[in-house]
Amino acid sequence: MYESLLYPVIGFRSTLYRSKIAFAWAYSVGILGSHMWQKRAIALVILIVGSGIGWYVYSSQASGTRPFKLGLDLSGGTQLVYRADLAAITSNNVADSMSSLRDTIERRVNLFGVSEPIVQTEHGGTLSGTSEERLIVELPGITDTQKAIALIGQTPVLEFRMLKKDADVSNIASSTINELFESSAITGKDLKSAELQFQGGVGSLNEAVVVLHFNSEGAKIFANLTKNNVGRYFGMFLDGVPISTPVIREAIPDGTAVISGNFTPESAKELARNLNYGALPVPIELLSTQTVSGTLGGEAVRDGIMAGLWGVGAVILFMLFWYRLPGVLAGVALMLYIIAILALFQLIPVTLTAAGIAAFILSVGMAVDANVLIFERMKEELRGGKSSTEAIHDGFGRAWPSIRDSNISSMITAVILFWFGTSLIKGFALVFGLGVLVSMLTAITVSRTFLLALGIKARGGFSRFLFGSGTTL
Amino acid sequence: MFIVKHRNIFFAITGAITLVALASVFVFGLKLGLDFTGGTLVQATYPAGRPAPQALTESLDAAGFRGYSLREANTNDYVLRAGNMTPAMRETLTSTLSVGGASPAVVAQLTEVGPTIGVELRNKAFIALGLVMLCILLFIAFAFRKVSKPISSWVYGLIALVTLIHDVIVPVGFFAFLGYLTGAQIDTLFVTAILTILGFSIHDTIVVFDRTRENLRINEERNRKEDFSETAGRSLGQTFVRSINTSLTVLITLSVLYFVGPVSTKDFALTLLVGIIAGTYSSIFLATPLLVEVDKRRGNQKKK
Repeated sequence: MYESLLYPVIGFRSTLYRSKIAFAWAYSVGILGSHMWQKRAIALVILIVGSGIGWYVYSSQASGTRPFKLGLDLSGGTQLVYRADLAAITSNNVADSMSSLRDTIERRVNLFGVSEPIVQTEHGGTLSGTSEERLIVELPGITDTQKAIALIGQTPVLEFRMLKKDADVSNIASSTINELFESSAITGKDLKSAELQFQGGVGSLNEAVVVLHFNSEGAKIFANLTKNNVGRYFGMFLDGVPISTPVIREAIPDGTAVISGNFTPESAKELARNLNYGALPVPIELLSTQTVSGTLGGEAVRDGIMAGLWGVGAVILFMLFWYRLPGVLAGVALMLYIIAILALFQLIPVTLTAAGIAAFILSVGMAVDANVLIFERMKEELRGGKSSTEAIHDGFGRAWPSIRDSNISSMITAVILFWFGTSLIKGFALVFGLGVLVSMLTAITVSRTFLLALGIKARGGFSRFLFGSGTTL
Repeated sequence: MFIVKHRNIFFAITGAITLVALASVFVFGLKLGLDFTGGTLVQATYPAGRPAPQALTESLDAAGFRGYSLREANTNDYVLRAGNMTPAMRETLTSTLSVGGASPAVVAQLTEVGPTIGVELRNKAFIALGLVMLCILLFIAFAFRKVSKPISSWVYGLIALVTLIHDVIVPVGFFAFLGYLTGAQIDTLFVTAILTILGFSIHDTIVVFDRTRENLRINEERNRKEDFSETAGRSLGQTFVRSINTSLTVLITLSVLYFVGPVSTKDFALTLLVGIIAGTYSSIFLATPLLVEVDKRRGNQKKK
């Protein structure tokens, strides 16, 4: 309505300005070559590389060599969040305690044979007033919450073993449980409690020792065992790891064994605590659990894929009907965007959740927005009487500031969402942010390259129609 | 531009929409979900047909569940919302739901959230909301810093903020109504939807403002005298179609997500749909008219 009034009166300065933008654009996408064959070669290369990556992504999914990583809500599994009780830990030891807690739980989970478990620590609670350290355990495929909790919370296995009679004592430190030791009659179940004590040593210093108290059954077994094996090495193993290998000096009839050795008061205390409460360096308390069955996850994946396909199809159809030829190219750019983002999902790798799939589908709708802005602008420039090449250049150059500014606002949201989110929402934020970045690239450079490569001079008639839009002929 | 000319009508419409949304929040109330309150959510599937509610209720009562709610879902499912379970309750959960073996149940989904996590998440949600708005305000004021005549770039930012507040109130009001209809509860996904709406609905506002910025520059270069309301109205007219089309493509994908997509993101898609429609409306019918209104008021003040 106003354009025809506006453009004839634009003077030399703004023409210069426009060509400056156009030049910067051409330069930035590396297609400064003015020859048509150069533009077409670049377009062809983009197509071939894009199809190549697309084929790779497809085949690696079809053959299952590099499947997408699915979050627990899609693959099925259990997530447990624990709060670590750090009351007994001084603040400069917190990081150490948490990492050893993580290691212990990881070892335990691996022992259980869960495939690809994730065990991580997180600092949380700053916003609810009480700072706390958390432990997050994700167990794909475990859909029995109770079993998962039992697995994490189980007391470690304490084993007592005798050194084999023919074993070489010098190898004791590097031995594994089965090589040098044979099982003995007594087990961790027979232990009642363990405590730290200080015994009068040879000199004037007190020596830290760990005193084991067996229950009545264990006391009997232990009395027999020690009576028959004086002078032999006796090994104590926690989850298969040797913690102490003392020599039996005399028969012990009262069900109380003293482990002496090179203990510092701290290490003796730690051992006693481990024997009493399990081998966790800090006590943990269950805060939240989430379990999703495999079938429910499978349904979500299937529905997600369907929604993705329909969504992409509908958007391409809309672009085709409304923007005609440029719309087709926006469709090509959209396909290349999808290929690029799926390849990124594999490469990074991004753990996909239901929210992540929703973000991806949302990003498909947003990916063509840059194209809409550019094409509308192009149409305006064409109506202003420009040649199609000029209109393409100016359409891209002039739409850029608003594309840039609106995408920055989306990136701001994505970053804040990533900070806000629980692990499931983080999946949304990551996909959303990646989608905004990648789609800006594909929507602008790809569709521009292709439009120029076609080299249509929209001076009138049919080619004019191709560049038109909506209800206008 | 008729929208600018008749802006008072649109201010009235916007005000009415906002009031309806707020009324919905006050009448129906917002139901906070598990993520924020803590508690237990169980989805149990009964492959051999679900038991009568009464039998299940008795079994739950016997197991020590108090103050829970039970809702039928799909054809063979129950959804149970309850407070936090004791370890003993958790251990016997499957058999409790199976009514002692009478109707074998499979736990399809179990979520437990401790109360402290809920409080933390609630605070975090408010901070995230405030942070997004503040960052967008700062960003717009920065992006439009070169346009200070006749209106300072801060006004552009503040007006964008006003439209954002509108864009949040409408889907929140809608969700309160949805909660009344279907029992939908505010969870982290809802907060995600609101934050996403903020990030997206500002797009159209930026497009209109960007065109205003460009037209103001061209006017200055050409030494053309034009009333600000003319320039703003013209900019709005020029970007009208693209504002609608950019939203339309997103609405298309969101509708597909709602109708075809996973169950867990249905409410999410619906919230986004409502929010983005509100966002598109506000960037066309609220942002530019407000800009013109501010300019007019300032002009009047100067004349006095």
